[in-house]
Amino acid sequence: MVSSLGKDLVGIEDLTAQQILSILNTAEPFKEISERRIKKVPVLRGKTIVNLFLEPSTRTRISFEFAEKRLSADTVNINATGSSVVKGETLVDTARNLEAMRIDMVVIRHGSSGAARFLAERIPSNVINAGDGAHEHPTQALLDLLTIRDQKGKIEGLKVCIIGDILHSRVARSNIFGLLKLDAEVGVCGPMTLLPQGIEVLGVKVFRRVEEAIEWADVLNVLRLQLERMKSGFIPSLREYNRFYGVSTARLERAPRDLLVLHPGPMNRGVEIDSAVADGPHSVILKQVTNGVAIRMAVLYLLAGGAPELAEAAKQGGEGEVP
Amino acid sequence: MSPRRILFRGGRVVDPSQGLDRVLDLLVDDGKVARLGEGLDYPDDARVEECGGRIVIPGLVDVHVHLREPGGEHKETIATGARAAVAGGFTSICAMPNTDPPIDSPATVAFVASAGRQAGFSRVYPVGAISLGRRGEQLTEIGELVEAGAVAITDDGSPVMDSGLMRMALAYSRAFDIPVADHPEDMGLSRGGVMNEGLVSARLGLQGKPNSAEDVHIARDLLVAELTGGHIHLQHVSTRLGVDLIRRAKARGVRVTAEATPHHLLLTDAAVDGYRTDAKVNPPLRAEEDRAAVEQGFLDGTLDTLATDHAPHHYDEKEQAFDDAPFGIVGLETALGLMLTHFLETKKLDLRTLVERMSGQPARAFGLPGGTLKPGVPADVTVVDPRIEWVVDPDTFYSRGRNTPFAGAKLRGRAVLTVVGGRIVHE
Repeated sequence: MVSSLGKDLVGIEDLTAQQILSILNTAEPFKEISERRIKKVPVLRGKTIVNLFLEPSTRTRISFEFAEKRLSADTVNINATGSSVVKGETLVDTARNLEAMRIDMVVIRHGSSGAARFLAERIPSNVINAGDGAHEHPTQALLDLLTIRDQKGKIEGLKVCIIGDILHSRVARSNIFGLLKLDAEVGVCGPMTLLPQGIEVLGVKVFRRVEEAIEWADVLNVLRLQLERMKSGFIPSLREYNRFYGVSTARLERAPRDLLVLHPGPMNRGVEIDSAVADGPHSVILKQVTNGVAIRMAVLYLLAGGAPELAEAAKQGGEGEVP
Repeated sequence: MSPRRILFRGGRVVDPSQGLDRVLDLLVDDGKVARLGEGLDYPDDARVEECGGRIVIPGLVDVHVHLREPGGEHKETIATGARAAVAGGFTSICAMPNTDPPIDSPATVAFVASAGRQAGFSRVYPVGAISLGRRGEQLTEIGELVEAGAVAITDDGSPVMDSGLMRMALAYSRAFDIPVADHPEDMGLSRGGVMNEGLVSARLGLQGKPNSAEDVHIARDLLVAELTGGHIHLQHVSTRLGVDLIRRAKARGVRVTAEATPHHLLLTDAAVDGYRTDAKVNPPLRAEEDRAAVEQGFLDGTLDTLATDHAPHHYDEKEQAFDDAPFGIVGLETALGLMLTHFLETKKLDLRTLVERMSGQPARAFGLPGGTLKPGVPADVTVVDPRIEWVVDPDTFYSRGRNTPFAGAKLRGRAVLTVVGGRIVHE
């Protein structure tokens, strides 16, 4: 059965605005499951899901795992360390082996851009991209969108600025595609060495100074600065990065009260974001984490063939259970 | 057994070296071109090839081919590569030295030459390395490599980053009258790149190699060639500014020859979309403005040579995530069909110029025999049927490499008979 999203969720670039909204709307009823005393519904009972994490990840993997377990799926985790991949198995062989075990879904995290699509093209199971190289991290963008919508009541017309290492960031790419599809205005800001050449062509505004970005934006999405960027020469030092691009209390002093600050985590406190900001009134960082589980439940449910309008019923354990 | 005498009857003979383009008979006798003329008498024992409606040209010459042997025989061998060459109409190919071990000694040069002779398909000319181990540090024994059969030197696959070493190579090679071929790429600027840096790489989240990585290095090579008077041969030019720099250097009288490849003439980085590893090549497929400039340079002769940069890989190696797949496209069996379809049929280029770029000029640039059908020369002849319509199917390749972004392309025209030294090696 083909779901309303197609077979896979590889990237936000492939989705229509309608499909994005359908995921956000489907996530709404699922939020409540995590608030129950018994956090489990039988929506994906009997489905087998492999979490294939070939690059280190804590938050995303755990978030997917909770989403799967709360929907009653059977899950297996494969991590980079200790897996056959480390022993030299190629991605295509991993794919074929998974196929041979007749699993229903694969959630893949991989260090190479395009790896999720590579897998999706080779196996009949549903494939969900949990981050591929610098390409996309669609569920992160979806949970960011949901969090923004929760707080602001809309996405359309908002000014959202993504701050940090845009060049290497899959979170940035997925957010840019998603926000533009939902008619938000998008800005990016970071050291010029960490912005892709010609990024304006995607339809985003480029800010060279973080102060200008903050003044412009309704929402800031502050990216994690990978510490290895300093070693490879993209920035002179972390201290300098914080000095010129860090989202600090001082820089937020004159910002309106309802300016939102998001961060996909894990944070480097004192580098891209000051502790006082992360823990302060603008921050919705922990709301993002909570929403992450609901968004992933929604994606799993929809890809398994669930109907968006039946999500509420499915949650009650009723007729919405997916075939 | 191949017959001693072959009469190619009534074909359109196109040989720029003699200013020829008309319907003639061509007689091959004892391995050489014996006579050209209308209604030639011929000995009774000659095999007669009816060439009406076909084109008879000097065998094609490809100065940039990776045969992978020694060390990469799962990708290609000298024999399979040479077999693929004659299937594509090439009678002479120059084997790049980035093998394992690299071709950096007289013994390894002699090995390639001898394996080529034993294979008995196209002529295989070894190209030696510029530096020992292709490490970019110390010159190879260039004179001895030439004595052993090397027709040029290059560190292809890697650029020569040390400008001082390039100066020495260009100056030293003058005494031996061979070109120094360079893969122009500033490794600092291109570090980590797997495709062209531009809009497509930004969208796909793949690291890019900017045009400037190639431009800087082309400019450097041209200046050092000018300084030394050496002959620089710039490989697989892919950027608009690179073409322009070469055009201006030629006008100044710098000794430079330069290649265009079929893929840089015909494709852009849009071909990479969908993470197609068969379109992963170095230098990368670039933007449309660059493709158009390469085409313009090829048409006006700035890029004087068509070279395939035939780079076979095993299918397992290409069936990986884009970052992990190796660079390279096979070209020997598609180049002629692509050029006939996209340059001759479309009237962008006349046949005489196309033959010059694919045979006469590359032969001259690398000092090879061939590239001509003058009576008395060894008979390297390709017969082309311009009417045959065919679809590129990598599974039918003689090459072990199947990696081409042109799979499924509908082409018109291909080699139907290839003769090397008077011997029929493909029909």
